[in-house]
Amino acid sequence: MTGRRAVEKSTTPTPASGSTKRAPQGRGTRRTPGLDDEPELIQLLTPAGERIDHPDYPLEVTPQEARSLYRDLVLVRRVDAEGTALQRQGELGLWASLLGQEAAQIGSGRALRPDDFAFPTYREHGVAWCKGVPPVNLLGMFRGVNNGGWDPNENNFNLYTIVIGSQALHAVGYAMGIQRDGADSAVIAYFGDGASSQGDVLESFVFGASYNAPVVFFCQNNQWAISEPVERQFRVPLYKRAAGFGFPGVRVDGNDVLACLAVTRAALAHARSGQGPMLIEAYTYRMGAHTTSDDPTKYRSDEEVESWREKDPIQRLRAYLDKQDLADAEFYAEVDREADELAAQIRAACLALPDPSPTSMFDHVYADAHAQITEERAFLADYLAGFDGQEG
Amino acid sequence: MAQVTLAKAINAGLRRAMEQDPKVLLMGEDIGKLGGVFRVTEGLQKDFGPDRVIDTPLAESGIIGTALGLALRGYRPVCEIQFDGFVFPAFDQITTQVAKFRARSLGTVRMPMVIRIPFGGGIGAVEHHSESPETLFAHTAGLRVMACSNPLDGYWMIQQAIASDDPVIFFEPKRRYWEKAELDLPATEPAAPFDRARIVRPGTDLTLAAHGPMVRTCLDAAKAAEAEGRSLEVVDLRSISPLDTDAVAESVGRTGRLVVVHEAPVFLGLGAELAAKITERCFYRLESPVLRVGGFHTPYPPSRIEEVYLPDLDRVLEAVDRAFAF
Ligand SMILES: Cc1ncc(C[n+]2csc(CCOP(=O)(O)OP(=O)(O)O)c2C)c(N)n1
Repeated sequence: MTGRRAVEKSTTPTPASGSTKRAPQGRGTRRTPGLDDEPELIQLLTPAGERIDHPDYPLEVTPQEARSLYRDLVLVRRVDAEGTALQRQGELGLWASLLGQEAAQIGSGRALRPDDFAFPTYREHGVAWCKGVPPVNLLGMFRGVNNGGWDPNENNFNLYTIVIGSQALHAVGYAMGIQRDGADSAVIAYFGDGASSQGDVLESFVFGASYNAPVVFFCQNNQWAISEPVERQFRVPLYKRAAGFGFPGVRVDGNDVLACLAVTRAALAHARSGQGPMLIEAYTYRMGAHTTSDDPTKYRSDEEVESWREKDPIQRLRAYLDKQDLADAEFYAEVDREADELAAQIRAACLALPDPSPTSMFDHVYADAHAQITEERAFLADYLAGFDGQEG
Repeated sequence: MAQVTLAKAINAGLRRAMEQDPKVLLMGEDIGKLGGVFRVTEGLQKDFGPDRVIDTPLAESGIIGTALGLALRGYRPVCEIQFDGFVFPAFDQITTQVAKFRARSLGTVRMPMVIRIPFGGGIGAVEHHSESPETLFAHTAGLRVMACSNPLDGYWMIQQAIASDDPVIFFEPKRRYWEKAELDLPATEPAAPFDRARIVRPGTDLTLAAHGPMVRTCLDAAKAAEAEGRSLEVVDLRSISPLDTDAVAESVGRTGRLVVVHEAPVFLGLGAELAAKITERCFYRLESPVLRVGGFHTPYPPSRIEEVYLPDLDRVLEAVDRAFAF
C-alpha cells in the first residue's frame, strides 16, 4: 500500500541539515543558515531527463502515457501564453500565468479521477485542463465579463478563488460531505506558498486532521508570493508543517511531472482509504510575473530566474522521451500543431465572449424573488432607457 | 510647487510621519522592495529599513492582530491592506478587538493604529479589488473612518491619522492615485482638521456630498451643471465616522437641496445616514427630498459593466434633475 508507506516515510522528521549541504542554486543569500536545508525532493526524473525510482512512489508509465503527459504540458503552456498575449493586446484585463508550474499542475491533475473535486486558486489553468474544463471558461473573469462563470459541479472543478486561502476550508468541507456520503472520492485543495500563512489554510489543516477528511492539500511552492519570498511565510520547509497537524507531508519536485503524478496518486489513495489528509509541497518556480500587472524585476534577480530555466518541466520530459526513444520529430510537430490550433481556438473564443448586459448584475444574486433587486433593476433599466436615441 | 500625484503625496506624508516619530512603523504585504502594489510605500524600506517598513506574511488577521500588540507596546503601526476585498480576513481583529480596546480598558490604553485601504472601483480589476466597505467599519464604534480625495488631503490626512490616538481606517481612492495637484511639500498647510468636511466648490442651488473617488465625479458634474445654469456646491466629507453633519447641514441650509453620492451600495449606506440626519435638521429648509446615488444591491459586477454600477456624471446629474423637479 503506497499510501501507508508514504505516511510512515514522510512523518519521519528529516534531520536538520549539516553544513555539508549546498544551498539551493541562486537562493543562498536569502536562506537562514542551518534552518533551510537543501530541498529533499521526491524525484522520478532528473533535470537531465534520467528516470530514477523512488521506493515509496513507484510509477509505471506506458510510452503512450508519457507522450500524453508531454502533450498536456505543451498545450497548457500554450493556453497560458495565449492568455498573456490576449492581456497584452487588451483583450483581458489581467492574466495569472502558470509558466514554470505546468508539471505540478498536470502531474497532480492527471492523478485525479473525474469524481475527485478540485479547489483551485486563480492560476490552476493546467488542473482545469485535466478536469476537462473548456479553457474559455477561464477567460471570463480575467476579461471582466463575469466573476467566475461556470458550474463547479460540471467538471468537479471549483470556481477560481481570488481571496487567498479561502478555498482550503471549502475543500475540507466538501471532503467531509464525501465522508458522510460514504463515497470513495477525494478532494484536492490548491494553494500557494504565500497562502500557507493565512488563517484559513491553517484552520483547514485543523479541520482536515480533526475529521480525518479525505483531502489532499497541494501547495505549489513557486518561491514567491508577489514580492515576498518563502522565507517570509515559513522558516521550516512547508511540507514539515503537516507533522504538527498530525498528517503526513511530502515535498515533491514540482518540475517533475512523473513525480507529481505518483505522489498525488499516493496521497489520493491515502485519503480515499480513510487515512485522512496529506500535504504535498510541490517545489517549483513561477517563471513569469505574479500577474500581468506585476513587475518582478523590482524584487528578484535574473540569475535566480535563469537557474530555474534549466529545470524546465517540459524540457525535462522531452529529454526523457528522447533518451528512451519514445517520441519522434513527427510527434513533436503534431503536438506543436495542436497547440497552435488550441491557441487559435482560445483567441477566437475570447473575442467572442460577449459583454454582459448592464442589468445582468442583478441576475442570480438570489434564488427567490427579492424586492430590492427588482426595484433597483427597474430603476437601472429605466435610467438606461433614457439614453435611447441619444448619441453615445 | 510641483505636480504631485495622490500616491506620491501619501508616500510623502508617510515619510514625514516616520521622520518625525520613530515609533511609526509600516506593515503590510509587498510594501518593502516592491513599494506596495500601488507603489505608495515606494522607497521607504530603503530609507527606513526593514524593521520600520515591515514586509509581513500573507495574513491580514495576522497583520492587524500583531499591529494591536505593537500599539499596546507604544508603537504607531500603519498597516496596508492590499485591496479593499482583502480586509475581511482582518475584519474580526478590527471590529472585535482594535475598535473596542480603548473602551474596554476604561481609556487607559491608546490604540494609535492606521489601516490604509485602497478602495473603490473604476480600474477594470477582477473581483474583490473594487469594493467600498466603508460603512461596515463606520457602523463599528471606536474606529475613525476617513477617505481622502486629493493629493493635498492625502498628504495631510495620513499624517493626521497617524498622529491620532484612535484607530483610523484610512480609505484611499485607488482610481485617483495617479491624479495630480500642484503641491509645495512639505510647506503646504493642511486644508482642515481630519474630522471635518470641506466645501471644495461653492454653489447656491444644490449640495452634492461625496467622499473619496466620487468627489472628482461630483466636481465634474457641478461643472457640467453650471453650463446648464445650475450652481452646485460640492462638499468633500473626508471623515465618514465621525460624520461632519454640521458642515452638510450648513450647506443645505443655503442651497435647500442635497444629493449624496458614493460608490458603495445605496441600501443602508452613508447616504441613508445623511438623508436621515439632514431631513431631521433641515426639514423646513429642504425644497426636495434628499436623494442618493450609489452602487446597487448586487455583488460588485464584472469590470466590463462596472461603469454602469459606478455613479458617473450622468447618474449624478439625473439625480440633480430629479431634485429640481420636485
Ligand atoms: C486575502 C488576500 N490578501 C491579499 C491578496 C492579494 N494577493 C493576490 S495573490 C497574492 C500572493 C499569493 O501568493 P501565493 O499564495 O504564494 O500564490 P501564487 O500567486 O504565488 O501562486 C496576494 C498577496 C489576496 N488575493 N487575498
